Amino acid sequence: MPKFVLLLHDQPKSFATMSPAEMQAVVQRYMAWGQSLRDRDLLVEGTKLTSDPGRVMRRTKGEVLVSDGPYLESKEVMGGLFVIKAADYDEAVRLAHDCPHLDYSGAIEVRQVDGR
Amino acid sequence: MAGDRVPATSAVTSPLVERLFRAEAGHLVAYFTRRLGPGRLALAEDIVQDALIVALQQWPFSGVPDQPGAWLRRVATNRAIDLLRRQVRFDARAARLARAIEEDRRAAVVDSTTRQPDWADDELRMVMMCCHPALPRGARVALSLKAVSGFSVAEIARALLADERAIAQRLVRAKRLIRAHRIRFVLPAGRALVPRVDSALDVIYLLFNEGYTAHAGDNLVRADLCREALRLGRLIAGTREVATPRSHALVALMALHAARIPARLNAAGELVRLEDQDRRTWDMSLNSLGFQHLEQSMQASCESAFHLQAAIAATHAAAPDGTATDWTTILALYDRLVLLTPTPVVRLNRAVALARVAGPAEGLAALAAVDRAGSLARYYLLPAVRAELLAEAGQAKEAARAYREALKRQCSEPERRFLQSRLDALARRSA
Repeated sequence: MPKFVLLLHDQPKSFATMSPAEMQAVVQRYMAWGQSLRDRDLLVEGTKLTSDPGRVMRRTKGEVLVSDGPYLESKEVMGGLFVIKAADYDEAVRLAHDCPHLDYSGAIEVRQVDGR
Repeated sequence: MAGDRVPATSAVTSPLVERLFRAEAGHLVAYFTRRLGPGRLALAEDIVQDALIVALQQWPFSGVPDQPGAWLRRVATNRAIDLLRRQVRFDARAARLARAIEEDRRAAVVDSTTRQPDWADDELRMVMMCCHPALPRGARVALSLKAVSGFSVAEIARALLADERAIAQRLVRAKRLIRAHRIRFVLPAGRALVPRVDSALDVIYLLFNEGYTAHAGDNLVRADLCREALRLGRLIAGTREVATPRSHALVALMALHAARIPARLNAAGELVRLEDQDRRTWDMSLNSLGFQHLEQSMQASCESAFHLQAAIAATHAAAPDGTATDWTTILALYDRLVLLTPTPVVRLNRAVALARVAGPAEGLAALAAVDRAGSLARYYLLPAVRAELLAEAGQAKEAARAYREALKRQCSEPERRFLQSRLDALARRSA
């Protein structure tokens, strides 16, 4: 079955005012979503990225230029990624549809792994 | 540390222990307040909040770690040491504080995965600090909920039916007062013991009452208030150095009341009066906890309002059903309670007991005296009780009028439905 990468973009949001109980509820929603994929053997892996913009490298005029990551301007960071199995984009989007990430003003970028 | 990648397929997916975040937050805020000093309560809160946020951002991808509590404690400890190291240039004490926390980490006082640290002492000091008599009463309640029980400002506002901004201000002011009065993070002793413990007990009683008498609003948060109040009361009553007779009496009265919670609403969500409750659905473990503490409370010759209220609750609890209630004993207890706390609500309850012993006419006369005092002019229970007694006395028309009066006053939705159903029954009977 084809694999898809779900890139979870985070808006820096106000977890700061959430109570411990509310935060635990958020974690539990993510866990439940992941578990529902795992139960159907559709989750390959999940990886958290550090919450900084990272680095982008480019060679210009023979010199390698290192700059801050692409999302610095938009104040958006890449929170992490999931690799899931799905028949096609439609199904991948359907599986990501219940991801609680979308309820916390995050965006999900869906990319297919080229398995050819 | 936090950046370690764990493949999701092998991740621990067992559900989190209920209220894990809240419990860990309470313990850690208390621990850091002891280490950093009460003046840095806000910093302690920030450190713990940051650790919870790290978990929130990490666990969805990596899964819940094997020892989530120890994981949170480790992240918080590292974060605290980090922050303090960065402050060393501005604050000479920061280096000393960082060393103390590092020392705890080495000795596995905080972040042990093998044994559960004993937090009771830290938490108790935290309660005593938050309930210090130097703080205004409203601030004590809000601060206890925030720092001890892990409620957010929004949750406190919901629980106390107050404005969020007002709560936030109250918290800021309380923290300033802790610094100004140099309130220490210690267990009271000697002459200070009883007044300090009493102050904490009063706050806990208030929390319980707020939760128990749900006027309106979010029921979930309110059930939490009862649970928290009972937990904090047991913390005090269970610690020999601070367990006064009055603290046992408070735990008894809270446990005996909390035991009835499952029976207060029937399957249809309708309110059920104490005398009509199915006592088989009472929480028997809470009931026996209540009796146990009532007994301990009587080991000293001290009679507080808590003692009397607990004894009243125990008399109700001892009756196998509503009709077997020993109202004579209850009335005698209310007579003593009125002497100690002559509040309108106590006098209202005494009037009910009097009606059960001497008949509705006597009860109505006592009720009229409470009514004349006027301070219950907006309290729905006064006309509701009058309606009840009038109906018993056979004065259906006056009873209906009193029910309608009660319905005009503020009460919760189940209470409103209850009053309406009584009014409807009355109309059916007289028709």
